[in-house]
Amino acid sequence: MDNNKNWIDQRFPLTKVWNEHLAEYYTPRNFNFWYFFGSLAILVLVIQLFTGIFLTMHYKPDAANAFASVEYIMRDVDWGWLIRYIHSTGASAFFVVIYLHMYRALLYGSYKAPRELIWILGMVLYIALMAEAFMGYVLPWGQMSYWGAKVIINLFGSFPIVGDIILEFILGDYAVGDATLNRFFSLHVIAIPLILVVLVFLHIVALHTVGSNNPDGVEIKQNKDENGIPKDGIPFHPYYSVKDIVGVVVFLMIFSSIVFFAPALGGYFLEGPNFIEANPLMTPDHIAPLWYLTPFYSVLRAVPPMFGSQLPGVLAMFSALLILIALPWLDRSKVKSIRYRSWPYKVALGIFVVTFVVLGWLGMQAVTPLYSLMAQIFTTLYFAFFILMPWFTSIGKTKPVPERTTEK
Amino acid sequence: MSEQEIDLKKRRFLTNATSVVGAVGVGFVLVPFLSSWMPSARAKAAGAPVDVDISKLEDGQLVRVLWRKKPVWIFKRDKDTVARLDTLNDILVDPNNEEPQQPDYAKNKWRSINPEIAVIIGICTHLGCSPTYRPEVGAADLGGDEWQGGFYCPCHGSKFDLAGRVYKNTPAPINLAIPPYHFVSDTLIRLGVDPKV
Repeated sequence: MDNNKNWIDQRFPLTKVWNEHLAEYYTPRNFNFWYFFGSLAILVLVIQLFTGIFLTMHYKPDAANAFASVEYIMRDVDWGWLIRYIHSTGASAFFVVIYLHMYRALLYGSYKAPRELIWILGMVLYIALMAEAFMGYVLPWGQMSYWGAKVIINLFGSFPIVGDIILEFILGDYAVGDATLNRFFSLHVIAIPLILVVLVFLHIVALHTVGSNNPDGVEIKQNKDENGIPKDGIPFHPYYSVKDIVGVVVFLMIFSSIVFFAPALGGYFLEGPNFIEANPLMTPDHIAPLWYLTPFYSVLRAVPPMFGSQLPGVLAMFSALLILIALPWLDRSKVKSIRYRSWPYKVALGIFVVTFVVLGWLGMQAVTPLYSLMAQIFTTLYFAFFILMPWFTSIGKTKPVPERTTEK
Repeated sequence: MSEQEIDLKKRRFLTNATSVVGAVGVGFVLVPFLSSWMPSARAKAAGAPVDVDISKLEDGQLVRVLWRKKPVWIFKRDKDTVARLDTLNDILVDPNNEEPQQPDYAKNKWRSINPEIAVIIGICTHLGCSPTYRPEVGAADLGGDEWQGGFYCPCHGSKFDLAGRVYKNTPAPINLAIPPYHFVSDTLIRLGVDPKV
């Protein structure tokens, strides 16, 4: 056994990588509930890649056959329904996990120096994931696939002068059709998944270079024992690998309950009109994107057309997404964790969470004058969180941060 | 090994020159890949100009032609109809065609090259339904005496006159679009190509 290991180690740094990233990778000992979601995100990515490979074996990326091939998977392929429902539930589960993962960063200031690059890589991952999910939702070629694609792609047509050329470039035709479906299939099954895997790799390499933050926001590398091991650190394996397995078990219990008992989850994970084949002559009564995109859809609708153009709304929507990248530089607080932050940040974060949820809910509703007004108010609050952040993170009294992590 | 000193300046120049030439090469290689995303020859062919023979078109008659997957109406207005187009200005949203819904050569009170031959894209500017042709003057269900003939959208009730101009207080915001077209001869219309200046 040792001989084999030596043979490999002389040719490939197997033991070195194992030690650096698992057995001798020292992680803060005080991780709590919020630290489950990074490893869960990797689990969901693997589930999606695996089920996606099998769906691709039966799916036909052709406007004339796509819808029927999905029904074929659901009815005629042995266990096809299960594979597809795991994949469709996995899409929503991915965003549940990612939103909680991002919220953890907001709670404990995990995006702050020296972890800015981890945050930026994470945000690029998040945007790539949105593109992946959107294109995946077009593939079944149901009514929502078609009209959702039409609405979202038309956003790019609102740019002055180049709008029409961009539209033709994305569509590959003068309307959403076979060419569009075919290229979305290619992007969904190979281009974006490759990007996601590479970004996850970079995200983890960056994380392992600076080490994890923790609920106290203490840098454990500043307190090392005589062997150079952080006093508040424990090896990732076996301590956190075992802890993460508990998270995986609980997650899979919830996940499989949805897959088996409520795969459409009342229209939140799979929308009703998408069980009807795409019909270019008939628009569904009410078009809404899936829940994970609705906060940004609300921002889009909240901004009225100006100068006869949708462009301001489109720009607002993209800014709402891109402004998150600037977070490490907008936050001026000297303290990372919410435990020691001043009260203005706690209040602001609370308002922001409510704002994000309300915007998400509004994005699913049909427009009424009241809802439009609410969307405008909450869009203002959304941007206020970021624009006012340099101010409210620098006022108020912070609590003293301890030298060491606090869990005994 | 040579005894010569390393010429860093020369080395930097060569590195930069190689990088620039390489970048230009990458730029050229990108062209086919990006171009492959534009509408293919087949998609373009489906969007190609359409020739329509109107020699047999009678007064009041309307033909529908598919151009770029859109219905295009071509119909003939008699002299009375053309004259009536002047009388509607008060009840139209945009009687003088301020919105860019037509090529410049159709920016006149008939919204056409030849006052008698109308060419209009038959898609409601509200939500994309195709309105119905209702040329009969004074149709009772469309407002009686006020109705001077035009188009009525069955989906949401938008009304347009016989030049595709939208009535006030109906859901559609702007006039129907006029496609680019020209007369190849007196009786042949080519849809999708502007007249040669």
